[in-house]
Amino acid sequence: MSARWDELNEGATAPAKTVGPLTRTDFVRYQGASGDMNPVHHDEPFARGAGYEAPLGVGMFHAGVMATWATDWLGPENVRAFKVRWKEPVWPGDVLTITGRVTRRAERDGQRAVDVEIACTKQTGGVAAQATATFVVP
Amino acid sequence: MADERSVGAEGAPFEMDVERGKIREFARATLSDNPAYMAGEHPPCPPTFLTTTFFWEERAPGSNPWHLVKLDPQRGMHAEQEYVFHGPPPRAGTRLSCRSRIERVFHKEGRRGGKLTFAVMVTEFRDAATGTLVAEARMTGVETEKPPEAT
Repeated sequence: MSARWDELNEGATAPAKTVGPLTRTDFVRYQGASGDMNPVHHDEPFARGAGYEAPLGVGMFHAGVMATWATDWLGPENVRAFKVRWKEPVWPGDVLTITGRVTRRAERDGQRAVDVEIACTKQTGGVAAQATATFVVP
Repeated sequence: MADERSVGAEGAPFEMDVERGKIREFARATLSDNPAYMAGEHPPCPPTFLTTTFFWEERAPGSNPWHLVKLDPQRGMHAEQEYVFHGPPPRAGTRLSCRSRIERVFHKEGRRGGKLTFAVMVTEFRDAATGTLVAEARMTGVETEKPPEAT
């Protein structure tokens, strides 16, 4: 059940979601599902050859975790926009915490909508990615 | 160095079927256990699902104009990704008619100095049955001076 309009004031939040420690298997499962088979995300010798110490996390993987965290809160049918920007690389062993809050609520032409900002934070405190999203609220 | 002449280049149209099993696989791969993605014959797709165009573009030669931008693969990275939906996200059972074009190439000074080059490709997704614009994906790539540092 997605959140109700009267619960979605500016600053409203939903429970954080923590995933990990991430494994190479998480990256490979995502790559197989998405179709992006860039070897830098799973092939250790290739990743080292590219200058990384380990396979680089797949940005679209944690973007997907952020997006479905938001649809758990606000409803899979209600999403109208999702934009993610990557900040710091993610590595196997990282633990990611997804948090977010309502930044704006508006009713226009009889359609209620909220903007939310979503953060993906590593166990180091570094921010791996930030996203903004818009959901209608039926 | 990005080729600014690529701006406006359009790929060949391609089709993509939004499939129930693929939605289930994608939801699982993004660590979602939301029953809305698992139940029924026509679940909605997750917000980033349209990235699975990978499976459809490769069967449609000339559909992806991104290579025309010529970002250096050694220094190129995915900087930003956006999806806009003009109604509920497409459901399983929908056939989409898709087309990509290079929208923009621009430059910025990096925070640690050095020029960053950005390129944006937009993909439009229309309902193949009605022609209605359903969604747009906007991918921004950046070419940095060096690979990101390990943290």
